This record gives sequence, structure tokens and C-alpha cells, in this order.
Amino acid sequence: MMEQLPALLILILLLTALASPFLSYISGRIVRWTALAAMFAAACCAIGTLIRVLAEGTWHYSFGGWEPPWGIEYVVDPLGGGMAVLIAIIGFLVLVYSGPYLKEENGLRIGTFHALYLLLATGLMGMVVTGDVFNLYVFLEISSLSAYGLIAAGGYKAVAAAFRYLLIGTVGASLYLLGIGYLYSVTGSLNMADLAQKILLIADSQAVLIAVVMIMLGMGIKMAMFPLHGWLPDSYTYAPPPAAAFISGVMTKVSAYVLFRFFFYIIGAMNGPIPGALQVLGVAACLGIILGSVMAIAQSDFRRMLAYSSVAQVSYVTLGLAIGNVYGLIGAMLHILNHAIMKSCLFLVAGGVKYKTGEHGIEKYAELYEKMPLTMGTFMIAALSMVGIPPTAGFFSKWYLALGAIDKGMWVFVVVIAVSSLLNAVYFFRVIEQVYMRRSKKPEDTGKSAWKISAELPLTMLLPILVLGVSIVVFGVFNEQIVTNILQYALPGGGF
Amino acid sequence: MEYVVDYRPLWAVLISLIAAGLIMLHGRRPNLREAWTIMAAFGKAIIVFSMIPAVLAGKVLEIEPIQIAKGITLHLQADPTGMVFAVLASFLWILTSFYSIGYVRKLEEKHQTGYFASFAVCLSATMGIAFAANLLTFFVFYEILTIATYPLVIHKRSDEAVNAGRKYLAYTLIAGQLFLVGIVWTYVLAGTGDFQAGGFLAGVAASDTALKVIFVLMILGTVVKAGVMPLHGWLPTAMIAPTPVSALLHAVAVVKAGAFGVIRVIGFVFGPQLLNELGVASVLAAVAGFTIVCSSIIAMNQDNLKRRLAFSTIGQLSYVVLGAALLTPLGLLGGMFQIVAHACMKITLFFCAGALHATAHLDNVSELDGIGRKMPFTMGAFAVGSLGIVGMPFIAGFIGKWNLALGALAAGKPIYVAALIISAMLSSAYLLPIVYKAFFKKPVSSQHEGSFPEEHSGPKEHGEANKGMLIPLLITAAVSIVLGVYPNAGAHLYDLAAMAVQSMVEGQVIGGGW
Repeated sequence: MMEQLPALLILILLLTALASPFLSYISGRIVRWTALAAMFAAACCAIGTLIRVLAEGTWHYSFGGWEPPWGIEYVVDPLGGGMAVLIAIIGFLVLVYSGPYLKEENGLRIGTFHALYLLLATGLMGMVVTGDVFNLYVFLEISSLSAYGLIAAGGYKAVAAAFRYLLIGTVGASLYLLGIGYLYSVTGSLNMADLAQKILLIADSQAVLIAVVMIMLGMGIKMAMFPLHGWLPDSYTYAPPPAAAFISGVMTKVSAYVLFRFFFYIIGAMNGPIPGALQVLGVAACLGIILGSVMAIAQSDFRRMLAYSSVAQVSYVTLGLAIGNVYGLIGAMLHILNHAIMKSCLFLVAGGVKYKTGEHGIEKYAELYEKMPLTMGTFMIAALSMVGIPPTAGFFSKWYLALGAIDKGMWVFVVVIAVSSLLNAVYFFRVIEQVYMRRSKKPEDTGKSAWKISAELPLTMLLPILVLGVSIVVFGVFNEQIVTNILQYALPGGGF
Repeated sequence: MEYVVDYRPLWAVLISLIAAGLIMLHGRRPNLREAWTIMAAFGKAIIVFSMIPAVLAGKVLEIEPIQIAKGITLHLQADPTGMVFAVLASFLWILTSFYSIGYVRKLEEKHQTGYFASFAVCLSATMGIAFAANLLTFFVFYEILTIATYPLVIHKRSDEAVNAGRKYLAYTLIAGQLFLVGIVWTYVLAGTGDFQAGGFLAGVAASDTALKVIFVLMILGTVVKAGVMPLHGWLPTAMIAPTPVSALLHAVAVVKAGAFGVIRVIGFVFGPQLLNELGVASVLAAVAGFTIVCSSIIAMNQDNLKRRLAFSTIGQLSYVVLGAALLTPLGLLGGMFQIVAHACMKITLFFCAGALHATAHLDNVSELDGIGRKMPFTMGAFAVGSLGIVGMPFIAGFIGKWNLALGALAAGKPIYVAALIISAMLSSAYLLPIVYKAFFKKPVSSQHEGSFPEEHSGPKEHGEANKGMLIPLLITAAVSIVLGVYPNAGAHLYDLAAMAVQSMVEGQVIGGGW
């Protein structure tokens, strides 16, 4: 059993996803409990896998006993294993949270939601554990298609957003496919480890250059890298809150992970076109951080603000890759983790406010502190973490990024990191002001009678928010443990 | 120096953090809530004061509970420099707590739970700043202090308060980012950020330009909190906060954290010797000298009492910055002691201003005619504080200034002695008239134009401020006098300051001081 963990990781989720629509004919409750159990089991598998990987080194798992490079191989290293744990845990927390949202839905819709949600988790999970570039494409499509479906479930406007995302996202996925097609044509291999060896000899060839450009564009679209982020704001804004929290938390990060995998493991940061690609990535990251934050400031809808903020924040990850030294990469990986937690937390808070007030406008946050003290307290922590106030987690990814950037003498990046913190402060403190100070304009609001003072969220929604909020502080204070025990083994070439 | 592992610096930080949590939990029960504040205040003071003997004996109590970032520990240590600040802040917190309770209850302020909780967090951060033994630890607490003060600034929840909060954040957060860049750069160049008496950047292979830029970044990061002109804009605006906040945070904890940061940067990161070679500190000294004179002139034109005191604070804080920037032993000693002396005197003045506001609803200097007859003790304390700020001998302020002046002469810069004298004259011009008006002028029929319209009925009957406010302000006034006569009274603060300076300027002799 233990030997099959990497496969179980995928299979549990996949099979439950496929069973969900059928189970929903019996009862919505059964679907929900099975889905929760499956997510929980997947999380346990992921943690078990990571523990073993950290103890014994990279885990190669051949499907069906077919040896690579012909068979499909799952390769779990500390980087992929860590990502898998992150996906599973965020997935589980958000799924717990989604309960009250689905209460009024009929059984069939509950079944579809869980099927899509679990498929999305399957796809993301598969992308981080597979050792095969084509298999990665398959999982990419699984995750993308289910994400389109999930987003479209958010209603009238969401359908349009999802369709737009579908069009753009398909272009991205196709570019990726073309990219690996080029690689296959010159190396004859799809296995990552095998590719890495064969590419070394031909790294400077035109084919590799074109492949890198295509993969970068493809993944750039999927991770909403500036200026390819057009699909993201609408999708995040109109998606159902639980879906938005999960998608914003991990989906773009997984695409960033793919770039990381290709640039630093398969091709190598020093080889062929990669140094150039990293430069381009760096420029895009700087622009994304600044312009994303500026756009976030301009928004009056809280979720849209968060969406633009995501464009900026995911650019931190690529900024770390562009810096490219040990500290830069540590910062990038730490930010994948930190931002997943912070942004999921913020989207869950946004969903909670919508659940209570039915609105998303920032002005609706007025005086919520008195009504939802715990939720808003967590929101404060998450917001401060986004700004990068120590000792929250967000500060420390910036710390490592800044260390890396100054060490390499990349002063533009240093300026961007500092300015971005200030821009973040502008748009988060705007909301914080609302939450804590502004009197609601009309005390006799229509919604007033519906909910009294201290109307906290139901427990199933509150708990995931609190867990994420606490982990922001815990991961901040104990970031060194994470860096020393996990992240440094995930570095290409290993450690300090 | 003997290094001893001891948990007390950590507890000094944690105790009020824990109290903040308990305060939040018991928001519905004011008496229990305030009990936590008082207990934490006494507990913190006991912890801090209990470390004095060991530190005086030349020991450094240190604790490194966790790694805060790769290769950097959260390192707290009680060295003489930090002890001066910690003793001061923890002692004054006790008084401010009693005063706060008297003040907010008298005025029936809202949001009291958040108020007391933020206060407790601020004091935790202040202890962390005092005891921080490396740059990152310092920065962590420095930023916590920035954020924890924010709810206090916007306490009134009015538009004006929110704007003051924005201004405050704009100044401090930008400064924080500059400071951060300087810190990261230091870590990259030196591989360490551990404070070391006399500085650790001297032996580092880096160009002079890089060191100068780092110095500028770090000083910008710290002097914003210390209100050095032209970066002082947030401080007068932030006076919208309740007076106890102005008293402890905008006269002691927050602004002194900035001044203290300047001393750490000059004495423990760069070191006077390296700065002498670089020559950048003289610019800082010039700016501080300018601030001292200029802020006093502005203070004269302020009618609002708290604003007048705010500009006075700006000037007085620059004494500390000037003392550090002179780079001479006596200058540093004067600066260190000025931290103590100014805190006691200015907190007295703010307490008096708050008592006037809460008891008589008077905020403006022009309305204070004859108030001394109704509130003799309050205004008596105000007189002591004013004379101290002016620099009268036998009140604490004089000792700091005496040493500062000697330090300026030792540095061969008599112009700063002139600045000190001018500032003394100016401060007597903006503070002493208040005392004169209060005691010797007849009350103008101020009853007819009551500043609070809802209390229009007849002459306002008020006597002395209530005991919760009066006793603390009398104590601080008394402490100002005691420290002026016998600067080592109670906590050996002068000895601690002298030890601190001795460690920073190793080799040089401190002579001729107080």
C-alpha cells in the first residue's frame, strides 16, 4: 500500500470525481462526505509521500511496471511533493468551506460541483507528481477543463468569463503542447529525466528555442503572467466563492511550478535560451507586479481587487525564478506556499462576506468588524501578510527575494519589491479602513434586520478561514523550519 | 561582556502580547480587561527591572528562541543600551495605564477594548525593539510597532482621524521599506546583522558609496519615526489620537523607537569610527540641528496645546539624533540620557494636556487663562515639565543637554551649542507663557464660549483632574525632578547610559560629563 502512494494520490481523487455524479442520484450528503473523505485521504497520501521523499530522496514510480523512458513515470521530489501537499490541504479546507454554499443546490448540481472540484484537484495533483511532459499536458487539460466548468457555475456573468478563459486557456495549453512537440521531435523523448540529458547536447538549437518560447507563452497564459493575464480578473470575480478560493490559491502556482520545472530542471538555468527567457520573465514580472497592484487599487469590487492582486503576486514567483540564485528560488517557492494560503484565505473571507451581505463592494465591508470579529481579524492578518509586515508569512518571501536580488545586484527588482509592498498597503488598508472605521451610511439598512450584531459565519465556513489565518502567522514565524527541512532540498542542485 | 542565556528578555516581550489576547477576550467586562492591562504593566516592569543588577554587573542576558529566517535567529538581548529604553518604557507604561483608564472612562471613549489591546501590542513591540540584538529582529518589532499604533491613531474613527492614519502609514511604511532594503543589503554585504558595540561594518569589503547609501537608507528608515524634519509631517497630525496615546507613544515609545534606532545604527551597525571616516553623520547632525531650531519656531505659533507639544517633541527628539550624529562619547551619552529625560518631562506635559481636555474640555493655549487656580496640581506639574524642557538645572532635561553641549564642543562644532541655547530660549518662549497664563492671568469669561456646546448650562464646575489622571502626572513630574538631581535614582539609568556609550566608543574616555 505504502509503495503505491503516488498512484493513490491521483486515483483516489479521480475515481471519486467520476463517481460523484452517480452518487448524487442517491443523496447530496453522500457525495459531500465521499468527496471530503477523498480529499482528506489524498492529503494524507500527499503528506506520506512527502515524508518519504524527504527521508529517502526522490521517488520514482513507474506506472504498470513499464520502465521509463517508454512507460509513464511519476517522479516525486521535494518540490513536487511539497506542491502536492499544498494542493491537497488547500483543496480540503476549501471543500469544507463550500458546504453552506451548496446547501440550497439540488443533488445533481452538488454532484457536478464535487466532480469538477475533484477533477481539478486531480489535474493539479497530477501536474506536480508526473515525470512525463505529455502526461503533464493531459493533467493540465483535466485541470483546465474542470476549472472552466467550475467558474461557469457562478452564474450569468461567470459563463461569459469562463468562455473567455476557455478560449484563451486552450490557446495556452496548445502552445504548451506544440512546445513539447518540438522537444519530442528533436529528442524523441517525453520523459523529463531523459529529456534533461538529451537536451544538454542540443540546448542551443532553434528547436529548443522555439519550444522554450512556446512553453513560456503557454504557461504564461495559464499562470496569468503579465501581459497574458486578461482572462483572470473576470474569472476570479464571478466564479463561485469556493471555486475562486481554490483556483486562485493553487492553480496559477502550479503553472509557475511547470515553468520552474522546465527552466531549472529539464533544460537547466544556464543552458541554451533559458538565461534570455529568464530575463524576459523578469521584465514581465516587474511589470505584472506594479501594474497588477495599480489595477487592484482602482477596483471597487473586493474580489476583483484580489484578482488583480493575484496577477501581481504570482509575478513574485516568476521574479524569484528570474533572480535565479538560491535565495531567489527559495523566495519563489516560499511565495508559492505563502500566497496560496493568503489568497485562499482572502477569497474565503470575500465569500463569507458575500454569504452574509450578498455583496462584494468594498463599501459593504463597513463596520463588519463588530459583526464578524473573527473573520475580519483573520482578514487583517492575511492583508498584513500581503503587504509584507513581519512576522507574517508574506514578509519572509519578500525577505528572501530581496536578499537574492541584492546579492545579484538586480536593483530594479529591489525597487519593485519595495514599491509593491507600498501599493499593496494602499489597497488593503483601504479595505481595512472600511472594516474598522467607517460608519455604514444608512444604519437602517434593509439587511439590518436579517442579521444582528456579531453574526459570525457558520462553523464550517469559519474554521477553514481561521486555520488559514493561523497558518499565515505560524508559517511566518517558523519559515526557517520550512526552508531548512523542505525547500532547500527542492532546489535544483540541492541546498545551501 | 559576559553573555548569559536568560529568558527574561523574551518574557518581557511576550507578557503584554499575551495580555493583548486576554484583553480582546474580555472586551465585555471592562474591569477584568483593565486588570489584565495593569497586571501586564506591572509584570513587564518587574521583569525588566529585575534584569538591572545583572546588566550593571556587566552581563548581557540573551535568548535566541527560534530561527526567524535562514541563518538568522530571533535574538533578544538585554544590553545596557536596550535596558535604558526598556526600563523607561516599561516604567512609564504603568503610569500611562492608570492614566488611560482614568482618561477613557472620564470621556467614555468607544472602542476601548481595541485601544487597550493595541496599547499592549505596542509595548511588546517596544520591548522587542529595545532588546533586539540583530537587524532583522529589530525590523520585525519595528514594523509591528508601526501597525499596532495605527488603530490608536485612528481611534476616533472620524474622517480627520482616518486621514491622520493614512498619513502616518504613508510615512512609516515607506520608511520601513527603505530600512528593509538597507537591512537586506547589510546582510548581503556583511553576512550578518548582529549588533556589535562599535559597529560591525568597518571590516566589510564594500565601497564607501555602498556604505553611505546603506547609512542613508537606514537613517531614513529610523528618523521618520523620530520626526526629524522634513520627515516629521505625520507626528502633529497623529495628535488626533487620544492623549494617553500621544503621551506614551508619540512622546516615548514610537518616536523614541526611531531615535533609539538611530543610536543602534550609529553605535552598533556602523560605529562612530567608520562614520567619522565616511563623513555622512555630519549631514545628519546638521539636519538635526536645523530641526531643533525650526520646530521650536513652529511650536510658538501653535494654539492647539497638543500640536504645540508635538512640535516641541520633534525638536527634543532631534537632540537625541544630534547627540548620536556628533559621534563623540559625550554627545552619545547626552543623546542616551535625553531619551530618558525627555520621556519623563514630555509625558508629564501630555498628561497635563489630557487632563485639561478631559476635565475642563480645553485644548487651546489661548483658553488657559487662570486655569491654574482650578487645577493647581496639574498646572504645577506642567510648570515642572516646561522648565525641564527648557533645560533648567536640577530637572532631568538639563543633564542630557549639558552632555550634548560638551559633546558638541568635543567634536569641534560649537555651532550646535548655539543651536541648543537658541532652542532653550525658544522653548521657554512657547512653554512658559502657558504657565504664566494659567497661574497669573484672570480667567477670561471662557464659560460663555464653551468649546463643547452640549455643556452650555452655566459656568462649568470642575475642579482638579480625577485621581486616575492626577496621580500619574504628579509621579512623572516628581521623577523628572529626582532624575535631575540624582540621575541614577531607582534604576541607575545614567550608569546604564554611560556603560552603553562606553561600549560603543571603546578606547575613548568619557570625561567631564555630568
